[in-house]
This record gives sequence, C-alpha cells and structure tokens, in this order.
Amino acid sequence: MIVAERKPLEQIEGMIEGMQKILVAGCGTCVAVCMAGGEKEVEILAAQLRMRAKLKGIQRTVDEITVTRQCDREYLDQLAKYVGQYDAVVSTACGAGVQFLAERYDDKIVLPALNTLFIGVAEGPGQWSQRCMACEDCILDQTGGICPMTICAKNLLNGPCGGTNHGKCEVGDDRDCAWTLIYRKLEKLGRLDYMRKIQPPKDYSVMTKPGRYSHEAYEEAEKKEDKE
Amino acid sequence: MSDQTAPEPKAEPFEPKVVAFCCTYCAYTAGDLAGSMRLEYAPNVRVVKILCSGKIDAVLLLRAFEDGADAVYVAGCNIGDCHFLEGNLRAIRTVAYTQHLLREIGLEPQRLEFFHIPASAGPLFAQRANEMTERARKLGPNPLRSRRTERAGGKLQRQPDPHPPLPEAKLGRLIRHEERMAESQTP
Amino acid sequence: MASNNGSAFRKAFETKDFVVTAEIGPPKGTDISRMVEHIEALKDVVDGLNVTDNQSSVMRISSLAVCRVILDHGGEPILQLTCRDRNRLALQSELLAAWILGVRNVLCLTGDYISVGDHPQAKPVFDLDSVQLLQTVGMLNQGKDLAGNDLEGGTDFFAGAVVTPEADPIEPQMIKFQKKIAAGARFFQTQAIYDVDNFKRFMERAEADGVKIMAGIVLLVSPGMAKYMNKNVPGIFVPDALIEEMAEAPKGKRLEAGIRIAGRMIRQLRDEKLCHGAHIMAIGKEECVPRILEAAE
Repeated sequence: MIVAERKPLEQIEGMIEGMQKILVAGCGTCVAVCMAGGEKEVEILAAQLRMRAKLKGIQRTVDEITVTRQCDREYLDQLAKYVGQYDAVVSTACGAGVQFLAERYDDKIVLPALNTLFIGVAEGPGQWSQRCMACEDCILDQTGGICPMTICAKNLLNGPCGGTNHGKCEVGDDRDCAWTLIYRKLEKLGRLDYMRKIQPPKDYSVMTKPGRYSHEAYEEAEKKEDKE
Repeated sequence: MSDQTAPEPKAEPFEPKVVAFCCTYCAYTAGDLAGSMRLEYAPNVRVVKILCSGKIDAVLLLRAFEDGADAVYVAGCNIGDCHFLEGNLRAIRTVAYTQHLLREIGLEPQRLEFFHIPASAGPLFAQRANEMTERARKLGPNPLRSRRTERAGGKLQRQPDPHPPLPEAKLGRLIRHEERMAESQTP
Repeated sequence: MASNNGSAFRKAFETKDFVVTAEIGPPKGTDISRMVEHIEALKDVVDGLNVTDNQSSVMRISSLAVCRVILDHGGEPILQLTCRDRNRLALQSELLAAWILGVRNVLCLTGDYISVGDHPQAKPVFDLDSVQLLQTVGMLNQGKDLAGNDLEGGTDFFAGAVVTPEADPIEPQMIKFQKKIAAGARFFQTQAIYDVDNFKRFMERAEADGVKIMAGIVLLVSPGMAKYMNKNVPGIFVPDALIEEMAEAPKGKRLEAGIRIAGRMIRQLRDEKLCHGAHIMAIGKEECVPRILEAAE
C-alpha cells in the first residue's frame, strides 16, 4: 500500500491561513490503513484545526468527510454537493488522491495534509517499511523475493558493495544489507546461480514519468468499438 | 497561567471540570470501593466507564478537551493485569500520542494523563482524582472552554449537522462465493 | 590481451614481481600545490598513482583533472570512477575524455553512499553498478558504447576493481568478485588489510587466475585510528596485536610505528609472493610513502 505521514499541524495551519470554512476530506484506503488519513485521522485533524482556531480567536468552521478512495472519480463525485460550501478542501489522501481531487474540483483550493512516503508493508503495529520502487521491471524472481532496487540504498543489481557490514548497510546500522539478505535467501532456496548471473544495466526508459497504463482487456474492447 | 482566576465575568472561583475515563475492571471498581469506604475526593471529576482503557481513542480524548474539559485522565489496570491482555498498554500509547496532538494545538499536554488504578485501590482512586483536579486548578481553565459559547465552529455548535456523513462504506467485508450462490438461489 | 595500451602500470605487472601504487586524494579547492608536491615525491617510487573520485562522497577536484596533472608531471595515473555521481552517459563521456587526455588505467567502483559525505542532500545516481561499469569499459574498449553504437575510435583501458577480503559475510563478496572478473576487471585493489593470515585465506579461495591482486595498505597513525576503523569502517579489521604495537610506541613516534607496520606487511606480502602488489593509502600523509617503501626493503 501507499504509506504516508501527517504533515505537522503548523504547516497545515499555514496553508489555510485566512480561510474560514474548511472541509477535511479523508481517504479510506491505503492512508487509512497506515493511520495517516482515514476516517479517524480526519476526525483528529479537524478537531485539532478547530481547537487551534479557537485558541487563536479565529472564526473557522471545519467539517469532515471520508470517502472510500480519492483515486477513483466515482468516489470523488460523492463530494460534489459539499465542496462548494467551503473555502478549501484539505485532503488527507496520498499525493495521487490530492491531485485527483484537485482535478475533479478544479475551481477549488485543494491542499495536502500528508507527506506521501513510499509503497510499503506493515512491519508491526505503527511501523511500515518500503518494499517497492515501482520500477516497472520486476526481478524478484531472481533475487529470492527481496528487492535490490528498494532495499539496497544504491539499488545495486550485482551484489553487495564494500559498505556491507555484518549484514547491515553503510548508510546506517538500522538498515539491512539487501545483498546479504538476498544471498542468504538464495542459498536457502538452493538458487545461488541467480546471484552469479550478471544483471544488465536497468532500463530506466520504462520509468519515464508520468507513467501510464491501460489494461489490455479494455484496450481490445476500445479498438473493437472504434472499428464498429 | 498557573494561578489565574476564572476569566468569567461572574468572578466565581474557578472549579475545574475533570473527565476520568475508567476501565470497568479496575479503576471503575476502585471508584466503587472508594465510595463504599466513604472516602472523600474532588467532586470535579466526572467518571466515564469504559470497557477497557484500551478502548480509549485520540478522537475521544480530543473531543473532551474540545468540549471544555480542563483535565482528562485515563485510568487502567496495572501492567500485566489487563483483562484483555494489552489494552492498558495501548491506552498508554494513545495518551502519549494525544499529548503530542495537544502540544501541536498549543494546549498543555499536562492536562492529559494516564494512571494505573487497580480494583482494590480505593484510596488511590481518590488520590488520583484529587491530584488531577489540583493540577487542573493550577493550569487554569481550558482556554477552549471560555470561548466555546461565542466562537464555536464545526461540530461543537451542537446543531444538527446540515451535511450528515455518507452512509458508512462496508469496506473489507468478505463475500463468500458459496453464500452468494445460496442467496441468489433462494426464491 | 597482450597488446600494449601504453599503460606503464599494466607493463609493471609484466616486468616486476611486485607492483606498488599509492593513492592521491584531490584537494577540496583550487590550491593544488601540496598535492603536486606529493605527486613529485611519489611518481618515481611507485608504479601508479591512484586518484580518488569524490572520496567518501566529499566534493573535491575531479579525479580526471588530477590524473592529467599527474601525466603533466611525468607520473602514471589510475582514474577512479564511481557510479554515485554520474549516469551512464556521463560515465562513458568521462571515460572517453580520460582516454584522449592520456589516462590508460581505470578503477571502477560503486562509490560510497551520498549521505556519508558533505552534501548529504544530493541526489544519488547509481545508474550503473561497478560490475556494469566494468562491462561498459569493456564495450568502449571494443569500440562501442553501452547502447551498442559504434565509436569513432575506441579505448583500450586497463580496467580494475575493488574487493573487500574481510567482508562479513564473505560469500556474497566473492560472488561479486567473480562477476567483476567476468565483466573485465584485470586488476584488483583490496580494502585495507592488516591481518596477513586472513588475507592468505582470501587469496586461497579467490580463484583469481589471470587477474592481478594488489593488497590495500592503509597507514596507521595512532591506536585510536585503528580502533575507530575496527568499529566504524566496514570490511576493515585491525588485529589487537597491531593496536598494541601502535599504543606501545611513544606519543611522538606513533607515525614511525605505523610506517614500520606498513613496511613490514608489504615485505611479507612480497617475500611470500602472496599477491602481485600493494596499494598504499597514506591518507593525508602521502609524503610518508617513500619511507614506507624503505621500511619494506
């Protein structure tokens, strides 16, 4: 899932300075799971913004709504009857959701309440770690299910660098050396031959931004429709 | 701010409002015991019974302050004694997090506290109640309370919400193929 | 293979039993007078001068410019090239530039991570890794670029790489070592070694036929430095005996003790024919290199 963190309240306060009516719009998918922008976090942020305004003696209304996802137009449509009543919408979605919301209501000020961090997994309660770079050419089959593009700070493809340190990374002892993990895993699986193979340089052309993708099934259908 | 008297025009002495979220298995029972023992403690404390201190939530705690509480505390079991094993541990974490949220807002985090009060500790219950009331008295009134009536916005207005939230999405509900087939076959 | 690319360093492996190189760290700033002094002092006592590339991710004069300065002073430069600061375009054009400026030897490294240096906010590149960089050098040597386009005139670099004999665990390091050989590395410079017995074991398992191994020698200047490296520098292990030897030396004589230790190790490596040469890294004390070599006699 997409992992994000709430921006400091001070920064969000700065964005809405001078605005009286605020709608905090939550997203019930990834950022809800990582406790950054779901229903509950929306409630917390809205309460904080209201309390802050009262302490400063400012007139401010803060209302809340959370939709299933902000990265689908269908769910954004649910906000249609509300957004007109507010000076700004503070979105607690990831960067993608904020942009889609801003695009859907393009005459409205839409503000981000989160910093989007990475695609990751829940390591434990309240702890997440990055696991995927979205590099568009997955090689996990050859690396024992451990991603050197993500776990290795230098995204090395051919083995550890000289900074590998008893299974840790030179960048910090709190980081595992990806290639030590990969070695141990491949050894366990009896697939060390994969590590002996020289990996060619990564093709970064596929990663040219912004990425686009259309599902083949829909492409076919569209072609058919065009013909008819 | 510490020994400030109430800003209200009536110039009554400031009487803090303290909310105590008490676990039903320990602190709430201790409160009962304190009553049976005829112990006196500050009448400022409003006890809210919760099933487990782990039930407490940052939103609930913030709401209490938003509604004007001068101090709030959560009282749970001793470490290792939680009826639900680790509810009190979660409560400790939630309280610490909410203190951070209060700091962000600009409200004294000392207005919020977590206490361990075992069921047998009637006197401790009374002691904590007095302690928290005293703390609130020293900190002075919650600045949100005094402004509540004239400047409240959002949900605090206690008016019916003109834009009620959408019906709750039923995310994550497992739909079993078998069951659905059975359903569709029933006439 | 036997073609002479004009590399005196490469030739030294043919004519000598034991080849010695020293490291030159480019200065941070444009005053190169002290560095030139070092170059003048070292160029005739060693077979090659190895120029670091923004060592430890600290911004300095580029390795290539300093290589050219070494050539101007009659020395034999070895260009270090890391993957940290350049993508594959910049790496290849740097290699072509090095060739036309007369540089014939290149040492391919991954490079330290950005965060350990003095511009931790910079964007790390790592477009290629050291193995792929070696392959790139191989392509240029065949008159083609990495994309397979023909070059108007290729290169004929003598390419090398690094290896860490004390890496723990050692197995993944050895796999990468073999990959580097397969990718075209002809000489290897090791991370600093202090335990010759460990190094012997490394050489036994290295199966490095046909490639030249140069043991890395880092000059010890104090027992504190040895302890610091043991604790903080991955892949370096200084045995307690050496730390004690440094500590026993009186305060003013510790550098002497370091020079004695380095000289003794080089002598042992050479006399026991454990490897093909030594690479001396006398960080900040380059003027001591001739004395280390004297101590090795």
